[in-house]
Amino acid sequence: MARRAQPISASPGVGAALFVAALILGTLAAVALRAEAGRGLGASDWAALRFTLTQALLSAVFSVLLAVPVARALARRRFPGRSLLIALLGAPFILPVIVAILGLIAVFGRAGWISQALGFLGFEPLQIYGLHGVVLAHVFFNLPLATRLILQGWQETPAEHFRLAAQINAGAISMWRLLEAPMLRQVLPGTFAVVFAICLSSFAVALTLGGGPRATTIELAIYQAFRFDFDLGRAALLSAVQLLLTGAAGYLALKAARHDGPGAGLDRVLQRWDGQNTSARLFDLFWLLAAASFLLLPLAALLVSGLPGLPLLQASVWWAAMTSLLVAACSTVILLCLALPMSAAVALGRRGGVETAGILGLAASPLVIGTGLFILIYPIADPFALALPVTALVNAIMALPFALRILVPRASEVIAGYGRLGLSLNMIGWPFWRQVFLPRLRAQIGFAAGLGAALSMGDLGVITLFADPEVATLPLQIYRLMGAYQMQAASGAAVLLLLLSMGAFWILDRGGRWHAED
Amino acid sequence: MKYSVFAAALLGASAAYADTPELTVYTYDSFVSDWGPGPAVEKAFEAQCGCDLKLVGAGDGAALLARIKLEGARSDADVVLGLDTNLTAAAKETGLFAEHGVSADYSLPVAWEDATFAPYDWGYFAFVHNADAAAPADFKALAASDKKIVIQDPRSSTPGLGLLLWVKAAYGDEATAIWEALSDNVVTVTKGWSEAYGMFLEGEADMVLSYTTSPAYHLIAEEDASKAAAAFDEGHYMQVEVAGILAGSDQPELAKSFMAFMVSEEFQSIIPTTNWMYPAVTPAAGLPEGFETLVTPAKSLLLSADEAAAVRDAALSEWLDALSQ
Amino acid sequence: MLKIEAGLIDNGDFTISADFSLGAGDKAAIIGPSGAGKSTLIQALSGFLPLRQGRILWKGADLTPLLPGDRPTATLFQDGNLFPHLTAGQNAGLGLQPDLRLSKAQEERVGEALKRVGLEGLEDRKPSELSGGQQSRVALARVLLQRKEILLLDEPFAALGPALKADMLDLVSEIVTDTGATLLMVSHDPQDARRIADQGILVAEGRVHDPMPCAALLDNPPPSLKAYLG
Repeated sequence: MARRAQPISASPGVGAALFVAALILGTLAAVALRAEAGRGLGASDWAALRFTLTQALLSAVFSVLLAVPVARALARRRFPGRSLLIALLGAPFILPVIVAILGLIAVFGRAGWISQALGFLGFEPLQIYGLHGVVLAHVFFNLPLATRLILQGWQETPAEHFRLAAQINAGAISMWRLLEAPMLRQVLPGTFAVVFAICLSSFAVALTLGGGPRATTIELAIYQAFRFDFDLGRAALLSAVQLLLTGAAGYLALKAARHDGPGAGLDRVLQRWDGQNTSARLFDLFWLLAAASFLLLPLAALLVSGLPGLPLLQASVWWAAMTSLLVAACSTVILLCLALPMSAAVALGRRGGVETAGILGLAASPLVIGTGLFILIYPIADPFALALPVTALVNAIMALPFALRILVPRASEVIAGYGRLGLSLNMIGWPFWRQVFLPRLRAQIGFAAGLGAALSMGDLGVITLFADPEVATLPLQIYRLMGAYQMQAASGAAVLLLLLSMGAFWILDRGGRWHAED
Repeated sequence: MKYSVFAAALLGASAAYADTPELTVYTYDSFVSDWGPGPAVEKAFEAQCGCDLKLVGAGDGAALLARIKLEGARSDADVVLGLDTNLTAAAKETGLFAEHGVSADYSLPVAWEDATFAPYDWGYFAFVHNADAAAPADFKALAASDKKIVIQDPRSSTPGLGLLLWVKAAYGDEATAIWEALSDNVVTVTKGWSEAYGMFLEGEADMVLSYTTSPAYHLIAEEDASKAAAAFDEGHYMQVEVAGILAGSDQPELAKSFMAFMVSEEFQSIIPTTNWMYPAVTPAAGLPEGFETLVTPAKSLLLSADEAAAVRDAALSEWLDALSQ
Repeated sequence: MLKIEAGLIDNGDFTISADFSLGAGDKAAIIGPSGAGKSTLIQALSGFLPLRQGRILWKGADLTPLLPGDRPTATLFQDGNLFPHLTAGQNAGLGLQPDLRLSKAQEERVGEALKRVGLEGLEDRKPSELSGGQQSRVALARVLLQRKEILLLDEPFAALGPALKADMLDLVSEIVTDTGATLLMVSHDPQDARRIADQGILVAEGRVHDPMPCAALLDNPPPSLKAYLG
């Protein structure tokens, strides 16, 4: 069958995907080409690979499985503060790693709140260091993301379908079979792939919560190759392994996802009639409370320790905050310029290549991208002068996989539902973008932009190699504060960062949804 | 100033300064931070050199060396400040450094004879603990105790590498046994010093690998005498921080005068309460009040640059094996 | 004259062949068993489904390479004829200007078209705030504004009640008579076909048959149609 005509073209998206792939592979190649003969992969690297895969797999499985009941509870319950809770639940995801680790330890550590409570009751303190600690920390980081992605699946199920289910008086099992299972089958593989990819490149979290060098990941091996051995060849090789694994995992997961789209509805307000009996209510209540306490307690610990530090913040921290906001704004614009055409291209059927290019951003080691960019840029321009643009660009690439997971399902639905009508009205190219694609995706664009901005705020990324002492970002400034024993001020700055990230996320996310559900 | 750099960075243009010569010094991040020595050093040197001193932070010591290697002979840097003796062998091997030509009456516990790198400060690695708790007197006592420690990973952290060499310097072939005995004391291993120290302050461990001078910070800057460093009978491994001139510098004279300034009274008296290390040349006025409370190790351990380079790979794999059990 | 020459249409599941012509200004009902390919024929004519072989001619010009929007056709589908996020006025206005940058005069024309279909004053309603019949009227207002020479209907009124459906067909009939457009409509209901169509096109057994007078076709159906009509 010949390819059907479509109102917009896939080529800008394919172009964006090529750009992303070129950037990631190009920087990798730049590092590899600078390498002198190194020592290849050794036994310890294979051990690191095994550990990396194990922890990433477990972390992704738990994050996704636990997210399903939480997302369902959020999808079918309405209560005061629900949207605030949804926004807050996203916080762990955007915290700088070092801050999140300290927050987690304040609650789950040997001297943490839970251990203290246990000690009070005469029990041994909690022992979180080990593989289970790594998984716990990764679930802490990724449960919110998984929940949001799955929740989005529920919210994108047209109101008509719930009405239909209510009409035939579908019970829990038939709801599952008719609506939830098909929706999950579509959403879970992509969610799993994203979480898996994030955990694959974990380093500081895995090492610290893993309790020692047993918990050596590939990213740590890259770090070692780079700074302990200055063996760029091995760094590039390890990075290639990481890319390959993520690419393969992403590709398989996306293959498994069905893209049949829930069909176009008429923008009716989503109303739910299912799950009104007591046991369902209790079930949802349990999951909401469990998730909220798991995710919010460490944040509360950070607030408790950080709020007294807020008044200590000096001008340099505020400047860093401004810089971070600026970087986040640029990064968000770049992110949307890449993600929107790419999501359109995926919706138009260019799935495998474009989506895989999108997910590579997660697999690329920030250290290798940073080094590669440095090698590429250094001969032609001053790396310091390009610090902010480069940071914004790399942050955008790192956020791209998330943005695609958010945009693609809806984009497919819009192309499937309205492509024909647009074409019959000669809405080709920009008119279709402006009148149909962008307005129909507004909620998703808001969510993706919010996430991109927040991630960019929190990400240290490549800034260290390019950092100019005069223009530090806020996360870098936090590290510098800690390095100068200014722990109190660092916690204060972490709270500031948290507030700014959450604020940026909330404003953009709300901006996209104000007309729609809640 | 901030505005203009901000704008220049955005436009992708580099700030150009007119007639005054510019001296570019690459160093580690915490040196240039507002709380580090950077601002005071910059002010003091610019007051006497008639030049613009540009301090550039590039991660930590190891990242600094990697940066220099990446940039090679075309580097804009005139001086690199912030390597330690564990890195100088590799740094020298690049052939990028020239002789410093500095002489000074160093107050280091060891003799200094390196024509390429000159020291500006030094310290002892030590386990810091809460002053009200008893501390073990050596590694063996630590291993035998139920004290919990947080340490840094030698693969990603300078103190982590220091500890590795400390145990190696003190115990040689016995190092593996020491690490095996210590493994149940190690709560966890962190990527860098900040994580470890933060965890210690949160109460997650009884002791943390840091410096003998760390309590001085709490005492002098926070008027808090609750932290102490444990004196170990085997002796303490030293960190000597050094600087060197790049052979490719376009300001060799200015670079030399900076090196001379570095060991001068003015620079050296900035160091103790900003970098929280011992100055390489004790200022005439002596050390700041509070430093006399610090433990002074009976024995100073330091592997030479070549020894350090020779043993570190083997020491690392011993460490990995012992702690991966 | 609308003409398909030696056409072969492939919708992925099956193919149908078509070779027929229909006079300009004719009103034809496309009749045939379920799944025979009636909608497929509409899609081929409107340009959503490329022909595998043959070509489509309108007044002697070859339409085959043209995109749907460039063809002289306006199409109403079974559903999804309106964009839910656009108002009635905007949905209709798309018939004039796909980018919705309407001039004052064009806005007036939109108002007139909505008035013509009985929706005066409802310009600012979104589809979800309109009844099913009103939604169909918005789509018809847009067809009016599109001023295309061929109107293709793929059962857009199937969801409406009999009286409402009859109203809509009458409105369609008025519109095509006013504008002189050629109409091809898929129909399941012989009553609908008789109501407005003068020609009948049978689609059955993998083939589009030549048009014949609608009444004759329905009064004296061939066996394949007879089974379907019951």
